[in-house]
Amino acid sequence: DGSDDNEEGSAVENEENAKGAGKKRATPRTRRTHARGRDRHGNEDDEDDEDGMRRAAPRRHRSRRRGRAAGNEASDSDMEPAKARKNQANQKSKEDDEEEEDEKGGKSGKGKNEKKGDKKSDKKGKKEKANKKKKDKKKSGSGSDSESEEEPITEEELAKLKEEVEEKKKLIATLRNKPWKMKKKLSVLKEAQLFVEKFEGALGKGKGKKFYAYKVMMMKKWMKFQRDFENFKTACIPWEMKIKEIESHFGSSVASYFIFLRWMYGINMILFGLTFGLVMVPEALMGKPYGSLPRKTVPRAEEATAMNFATLWDFSGFAQYSVLFYGYYNNQRTIGWLKFRMPLSYFLVGVGSIGYSFMIVTRTMAKNANDDGGGDDTSFNFSWKMFTSWDYLIGNPETADNKFASITTSFKEAIVEEQESRKEENIHLTRFLRVLANFLALCTLAGSGYLIFFVVRRSQQFALEGLENYGWWERNEVNTVMSLLGMFCPTLFDVISSLENYHPRIALRWQLGRIFALFLGNLYTFIIALMDEINLKARYFLLFTMFDRLLGNIEALQSLEEEKIVKYNMTIWEASLYNGTIPENSTAPPIQVDPADVPRGPCWETMVGQEFVRLTVSDMMTTYITILIGDFLRAVFVRFFNYCWCWDLEYGFPSYSEFDISGNVLGLIFNQGMIWMGSFYAPCLPAINVFRLHTSMYLQCWAVMCCNVPQERVFKASRSNNFYMAMLLFILFLSTLPAVYTIVSIPPSFDCGPFSGKTRMFEVISETLEHDFPSWFGKVFGYASNPGLILPFILLMVLSLYYLNATSKSYKEANLELKKKLQSVRIEN
Amino acid sequence: AGAQGSGAMGGSASLIPRDLLGEYQELTFLSKQEILLAYRRFSELLPKEERENACSARVPKSQILTLPELRANPFQHRICHVFSTSETGDDSMSFEDFLDMLSVFSDSATSDIKSHYAFRIFDFDNDGILDRKDLEQLVNCLTGQGEESRLSSAEMEQLIQNILEESDIDKDGTINLSEFQHVVSRSPDF
Repeated sequence: DGSDDNEEGSAVENEENAKGAGKKRATPRTRRTHARGRDRHGNEDDEDDEDGMRRAAPRRHRSRRRGRAAGNEASDSDMEPAKARKNQANQKSKEDDEEEEDEKGGKSGKGKNEKKGDKKSDKKGKKEKANKKKKDKKKSGSGSDSESEEEPITEEELAKLKEEVEEKKKLIATLRNKPWKMKKKLSVLKEAQLFVEKFEGALGKGKGKKFYAYKVMMMKKWMKFQRDFENFKTACIPWEMKIKEIESHFGSSVASYFIFLRWMYGINMILFGLTFGLVMVPEALMGKPYGSLPRKTVPRAEEATAMNFATLWDFSGFAQYSVLFYGYYNNQRTIGWLKFRMPLSYFLVGVGSIGYSFMIVTRTMAKNANDDGGGDDTSFNFSWKMFTSWDYLIGNPETADNKFASITTSFKEAIVEEQESRKEENIHLTRFLRVLANFLALCTLAGSGYLIFFVVRRSQQFALEGLENYGWWERNEVNTVMSLLGMFCPTLFDVISSLENYHPRIALRWQLGRIFALFLGNLYTFIIALMDEINLKARYFLLFTMFDRLLGNIEALQSLEEEKIVKYNMTIWEASLYNGTIPENSTAPPIQVDPADVPRGPCWETMVGQEFVRLTVSDMMTTYITILIGDFLRAVFVRFFNYCWCWDLEYGFPSYSEFDISGNVLGLIFNQGMIWMGSFYAPCLPAINVFRLHTSMYLQCWAVMCCNVPQERVFKASRSNNFYMAMLLFILFLSTLPAVYTIVSIPPSFDCGPFSGKTRMFEVISETLEHDFPSWFGKVFGYASNPGLILPFILLMVLSLYYLNATSKSYKEANLELKKKLQSVRIEN
Repeated sequence: AGAQGSGAMGGSASLIPRDLLGEYQELTFLSKQEILLAYRRFSELLPKEERENACSARVPKSQILTLPELRANPFQHRICHVFSTSETGDDSMSFEDFLDMLSVFSDSATSDIKSHYAFRIFDFDNDGILDRKDLEQLVNCLTGQGEESRLSSAEMEQLIQNILEESDIDKDGTINLSEFQHVVSRSPDF
């Protein structure tokens, strides 16, 4: 024992050298004494074990130390498992440090001594350790490792620990939702983060250690990546500062127009990407160059003027015979070394643009519907006026004054209306007035429709008698009448709506609806009036083109009749080439003719495309000029002539203009309808529109800040702009009808475009299936497009629509029930 | 408070230590650029000497109210009071208070936290409920400072009566936080 003591003493000294072993210094000694005191008979075991120990030195050594450390805590026998594990983890990390220290310590002798000493001291403590282990097994907790003699954490403990870590993580994620002060949030965050870090380390022991640590690291990296990506996305949103500035000056209703414009810009960028990248660029790079084919060359007759600015502005000449229009594309199945399927790509891009537009408009509508809350407008009238009427985005004192005035007015009106609603007569009067107003509006619409019908018939009569006999008015009667109607009827509707006495937001919707009906009605009467005269198939191209250029281009629409004539002429012309040189009935070598000289067939698709492009350009010009003259010059006039004018120009007539939200939104929507209609025939249209929207944004932002004043009644546009979206969806549907109709029913021109030579445009799909896909694919497709399969599918979709509708109705009813219950509880109390 | 229109984006002000920036991103609804922009705007409110350690400085209320977004707001004093953690009660704001305020008013904040703070802003006497006096003061704030734009006392009485009828579920004559949140959550405009 004496020698033992000596060794133990040296061991103790050695221990003192070890790092962080301060605490351990005391207790092993005491424990050893206890051990010696108690377990003398256990010595034999110890000796055996000691031999075993020497064999497997380092691992056991480590575990011994851990055991010893665990033994330190033996006194606190009824400690919580968590704390035990915590301490074990702490001890373990300390021990790992010690390990390193030992290894770095270098002197093998010293290390060996220490090890030996430790082993010796451990001998005595081993019994304690064994006891402790048993206790731990009952508690089922101990830092596990890959060593065999460590107990694993039981599943239960592991799960509990994981749960706690998950809770802490969730707390960290939702911390920003808590209404606490920043100091408190910071301290809670730090504490939670420390906890998570500590235990993620401990959790990662066991079989799946490496995998778990890897998973945790990947999760952290992923969260960081997500956050950076969010930051990047926010930074990428264009024009944010401009729109915020406008919001602060004019309130959120004017800003909602600009947000709508920006959203449209995004859609057009994607359409542009599709048409440019998949249609225009491949043809330009890989297709046959200009001048190699008749369809790709300017005809000899037009060559002289082909480069003039006037021609190019009109999109004829070189602009017409380029990738910008349908007619340039060749009907080769594949082009270039990539074997790019040009006709297929053209077709798919056309159909894909339509599909994408539908998808995104519907998705935005659904998102807005979610935000709406689905509540009925009337239940909390006064409370909402009180709590939600202030527009926090206003930063300009003038707008704020307007806002104060409008809030006061709205309070007073609401009080008066509520008082008056208790009297019965006034409801009837209001209702009568509203019915009267609607009646008047209908009369206006009917009147304008009849006027257009009458005027179109008259112009056809003039055309029969020869237009030279008539002056300017008769020639442009239809155009002028339609434009005038478009200018004056909305003002009339405005006057009528003052009868109705609605909230301005609702009045705006009625106004928009009526203007929309006016434009639609005008167009349809126009088309119907023309229907008898124009070739039946061609009339569908008129749908939704604005009224300006149509009459001038009726020849384009009669081209289908022309085709037959031209084909006949071409055969004659070809025969004339061979005339006199080679006998008939023998195959002759093709004579080289310059493509510019070949007679061309009519190309109605290009003509239609050109129409749309011209319309877009002229629309753009009109808008810009209207802004410059109507807003800017007016503002300049009011500002500078106010000094030398009889009455106060700024308060009386004309004063500064207000920003016309409804007119601008409608213009934007109709313009987009134009693009959707025409982009199949003119792939350049999305590009032009992107340019147009880009310049529009800057010009209108400048004009609004410079020339407009905030509206008198500043009302907040609610975040759900579903009304505009619904209109957009409707226009989208109507615009894509013509393109779809032509794809399905009308034969493409024989002499131009990627579908020339086919009987129908969609045949490109069946051709691709034949050549590029294995044969079974074609069979499957054939079966799938069988009406016997399609009809049940449509039936299924209709049924599911019905089911979803029924479900949503039942939810609404449940909502109402709950509301009623709440109210009855309220009344009971 | 989302309209920080006039700040010109100059050089990157990385005067906030990086880990603190990360924590602010965790704890607020603002993105990194927005936090840096807020830092710049905040330090502009300080006198030149104190700009170096803007993170720990406090800006007096009068300075905060010079911000254009707050200047036109009828609830400017309440907003400063609610978000200020000043112990002396002078409603001065530190940078963290400023961030708190911007975070609650930002677009990405949830409706819950907005309604919570809105309730506190509207609660003029800080007693945790909206009683008649609070509502009256609220209406007066909303109708502006001019005499002719204020409501007469009869109108005010009627208005408050209507509001309490609509929103006070337990009929105790006051609106508490949950009633307020119930009303406001149904509104599409909030």
